[in-house]
Formats: sequence, C-alpha cells, structure tokens
Amino acid sequence: MMTAETQLQDLKQLPLVVRDLTVAYHRKPVVWDIDLSIPEGKLVSIVGPNGAGKSTLLKACLDLIPRSSGEVLIYGEPYTKARKRVGYVPQRESVDWDFPVSALDVVAMGTYGKLGWFRRVDKRSKALAMQALDRVGLADYAHRQISQLSGGQQQRTFLARALVQDADIYFMDEPFAAVDAATERAIVELLKELQSRGKTCFVVHHDLATVPQYFDWTILLNMRVVANGPTSEVFTQGNLRKTYGGKLSLFTEAAEKIAKAR
Amino acid sequence: MEWFIIDTWIVVVGMLAAIACALLGNFLVLRKMSMMGDAISHAVLPGLAIAFLVTGARASLSMFVGAAVVGVLTAVFTQWVSRFGKVDEGASMGIVFTTLFALGLLLIVQAADHVDLDASCVLYGAIELTPLDVVWRPELLGTVIDVPRAAVVLSIVCSVNVLFVVFFFKELRISSFDSELATTMGISANVMHYLLMTLVAVTTVAAFEAVGSIIVIAMLIVPAATAHLLTDRLGTMVILSGIIAALTAVLGHIAALVLPGWLGFDAAVVETTSTSGMMAVTAGLLFALALFCSPRYGILAKRFRRLDRSSDLKAENR
Repeated sequence: MMTAETQLQDLKQLPLVVRDLTVAYHRKPVVWDIDLSIPEGKLVSIVGPNGAGKSTLLKACLDLIPRSSGEVLIYGEPYTKARKRVGYVPQRESVDWDFPVSALDVVAMGTYGKLGWFRRVDKRSKALAMQALDRVGLADYAHRQISQLSGGQQQRTFLARALVQDADIYFMDEPFAAVDAATERAIVELLKELQSRGKTCFVVHHDLATVPQYFDWTILLNMRVVANGPTSEVFTQGNLRKTYGGKLSLFTEAAEKIAKAR
Repeated sequence: MEWFIIDTWIVVVGMLAAIACALLGNFLVLRKMSMMGDAISHAVLPGLAIAFLVTGARASLSMFVGAAVVGVLTAVFTQWVSRFGKVDEGASMGIVFTTLFALGLLLIVQAADHVDLDASCVLYGAIELTPLDVVWRPELLGTVIDVPRAAVVLSIVCSVNVLFVVFFFKELRISSFDSELATTMGISANVMHYLLMTLVAVTTVAAFEAVGSIIVIAMLIVPAATAHLLTDRLGTMVILSGIIAALTAVLGHIAALVLPGWLGFDAAVVETTSTSGMMAVTAGLLFALALFCSPRYGILAKRFRRLDRSSDLKAENR
C-alpha cells in the first residue's frame, strides 16, 4: 500500500511517462514497445533516422493519433486531464502560411487553450502575445501577414506561440529544421530559459553534431527506443550505430518490404 | 429595364442565399476543402428525397434534418473510403458524392409521378419562382408585404451562419489554421469540421431552391476566394465575402434583366431562367477583377512592383 502511494507520488513528479506504447498505421507498427520516463526540467532531444517514428511518438503523447496499446502519462495524468500543462510546436510545413492572419494573431492562438470555448481573444491575450513576440525579436513584425516572414521568423513565431501557452512540458517537432543561424541561437536561448524555469522540452532534432551541446537528455529512436538517458551517457558511437545503421535498419527495411508486398 | 416588387424579392432571396453560402465558404477555402462543399451540395439529394417521400412536404424541417444527416455522412464516408480503400481524399469524395447524388436523382425521378419535386429545379434552382410562394403577409405602414417562404427560410439559415461565425470565430480560426494545435488544446478540429459540414449541408438545402445544387458551389467558393485576394485579415475576409456575395446577387439579377435584351434575345423568354446563372457569372467576373486589381496579390500590382524594382536597379546601376 505504502509503495503504491509513493509510486503515484513519483509519477506526479515526472513530466512524461510512457508505458508499452505501440502505434500502428494500417496495422503496420510505426513505433512499438516504447517505455520512457523522463525527469523534470530536462531538454530532451529525440533523435533517429527518417521514418523512425519521431513525429508519431510526439503525436501519440499529444493524443493526436490513436494508440494501439500502452499509455502516456503527463505528470501522472492522462493527456486529456493534463492538456493545459502541455505546449506544442508542430512542424513549420504543417500549416498554410498564406492564411489570412498576422504574426500577432498566430501567437495569440497560444492563449486559446486556456481561454476555452466561446471566450473571445481579449486585450490580455494580445498583450501576452506581443510580449512573446518581443522576446523572440519579432515585435516589429507583429502586424505582418505571416507569409511575409522569413522561414526563421515563422519558426520564431511558432516558438512565441508556445511561450504564450505557458506550459510545463513542451513538444517541438523539428524547430531547428531549415532555420538561419540567428534563429537557431534564439531557439537555443529560449530552450535554456525554459529549462531554467523548470520546464521540460521534447525536441525532435536532426543535427547530430549539436545534440550534446543543446540537450542534456536524449532519446534515440528507431521504431523502438534504442537508448534513453542523459546525453553524456547514451549519445555514444555504439548507440548511434544501433539507431542509424547495422542490423536494426536492415530489420526496418525488411519489415517495410513485407508490408509493401502485402 | 422594369423593376417590380418581384425583382426585389428575387434579389433579396439571392442575397440571403449568397451570403449564407459565402460565410461558410471562407472556411472551406481556407481549409483547402472547397470540393467538400461541392460534394455535400450534391450528396444531400438522397436525404432530401427520402425526407420528402416520408413527409410529403417541401422545405419542411425534416428535409433539413435529412440533408444535414446525409451531409455529415458524406464527410464520414469520405474519410472511411480514403482510409480503408487506400485512395486519396479527392478520389474518395468523388466516389461518395457521385454515388449519393445518383441515388438521390433516382429517388426523385422515381417519385416524380406522385410528388411535386422536380430534378431540374434541384439542379438549377428556380429563383424567379420563389416570390410566388408566400408564407407571411405582415402589414407595414399600411401596405401588406408578401414575404416568400424562401426569404424566411434563408433569413433563418443566414442568421444561424452569422451567429456560428461570430461565436466560433476563434475556434474556426485556429482549427482552420493549425488543426493539430487546436486539438491538443481541447478545441477539437474534428468537432469543428463536422459542425461546419452540417451547416454546409443545411445551407445548401436552403439555397437549392434559389440557386440549385450546381450553382450553389459558386456561391460557397467564389466570393470567399475573391475576398481572400483582397485582404490579409480573417475578419475582414469574412465581412468582404458577405459584401461580395450581396453584390453578386444584385448585379447578377440586373444583368439577367438587361443582358438578354442587349444581346438581341427576347427578354421575356430568357429572363425566367437566368438570374442564378448570372449570379455565378458575376461572381466569376468579380473574382477576375480582384485577380487583376487586388492591391497586394493582383497581377497588375505584382507587375508594377516588378517594374518598380527593375527601375530601382537601373537607377542604382547608373
């Protein structure tokens, strides 16, 4: 009894616990048997080859796609109860940048979750959005239509929106993809600041060279979790080879071929 | 050109239909699902026919319910067919709506002998006839006003759409722009999708009589697409689309009255068939106008900007 209670207490301290997670499209598993438990206040990189299921893992954590099995707990609670504590930065290409909204409008969307249905976007939301835009260096671009921003500026707009969400745990899908050096520095700074405030960030990341520099925790993923732990311990040649090359990728290819043959 | 009370009613009915459609059309255009409007506007036919066969009355509440149900089913079936049939959304839409539409036509033709529902009326509408069906005769300042049923029905639908867009503005904006973020926040993009589809189905049915199931697609898409060319703000786009829709109805009817005469046709013969068609043509012309003359996205503006830049370059090089 006592141990069960302490376990529950432990779970409530952990920003993310994933147990036995499997996600499949058309019966073909994309990620399987994922078990993770990540301590609070870490900058976590999720690393793996194309098709490793990185985005799928994020989306399963965010309850955006159905799980075939397993559970995801955010501070010990299922997603639907914890959603106000979660922030999300989708891939930049996932939206239409010709949409008739300004940068400020997009950032203000970060407040919609806490506003709830029917409540209008008020002055306070706009002020918060303006503050966040200022923090990512885009205050002068607030009223621009979003297609008139550069790729890096668009990415920073998304990050400003995440800031406005004021979450405890963030999921970011490739925020560093195709951004300029200034934006990359701005994102890193922002991540460090979030960390200093005790937030936990999960970041799908492609540039292996910068992993040890930016992130203190790493999940190596290739359909299964190859390694999960402090970057200094798990980000090794051996683990990377297991993630990107060797038998595992052969196995993946074989699985794909079988799936296609059907 | 002679203008009668009946012309005023035709314009009012046309305006209400066009505005009701355009308001929802904004979100179809922005969600890149314009063809979903097309699909639903055709697919509701069996819903209409069945409701009509069961109750035997036109434009009754049951007809709207029937249409709404089939409209939502179209959206659901489309998702299913594309998921399980391994075809893309466009193909799956084509499969679902043509099947339902054909089924609806069959039902109507089968029932045509003993019911008063005409296939060509459903396809092309009969806006010129709508003022004849009067349901309400209020007295205002000593004159009796004959309010046609279509005007009443479309007023209600139009008001519902206005309320929908006003009350769900924030939800429509976020779920249209970034459906995943919206869903993670608890503003389910799915719920918004089906709400929108239900209203599209209901609006289509209400507008059928006026503009028919083929031209209704022009009313859904063209004013919204035109407005999109003219502004960078969603709120402005929604309001502009309504104004353009209203303009379309006025200009469309005037064109229908005037043009055949100019072209040497016997106006008395042609007039009875052309208002809804002219509305669609007008909408198309307004779109073309915006395409050329929009201050930011217009072809002319872009051309001028390029000239500007090249002359700047020349000046620099000198």
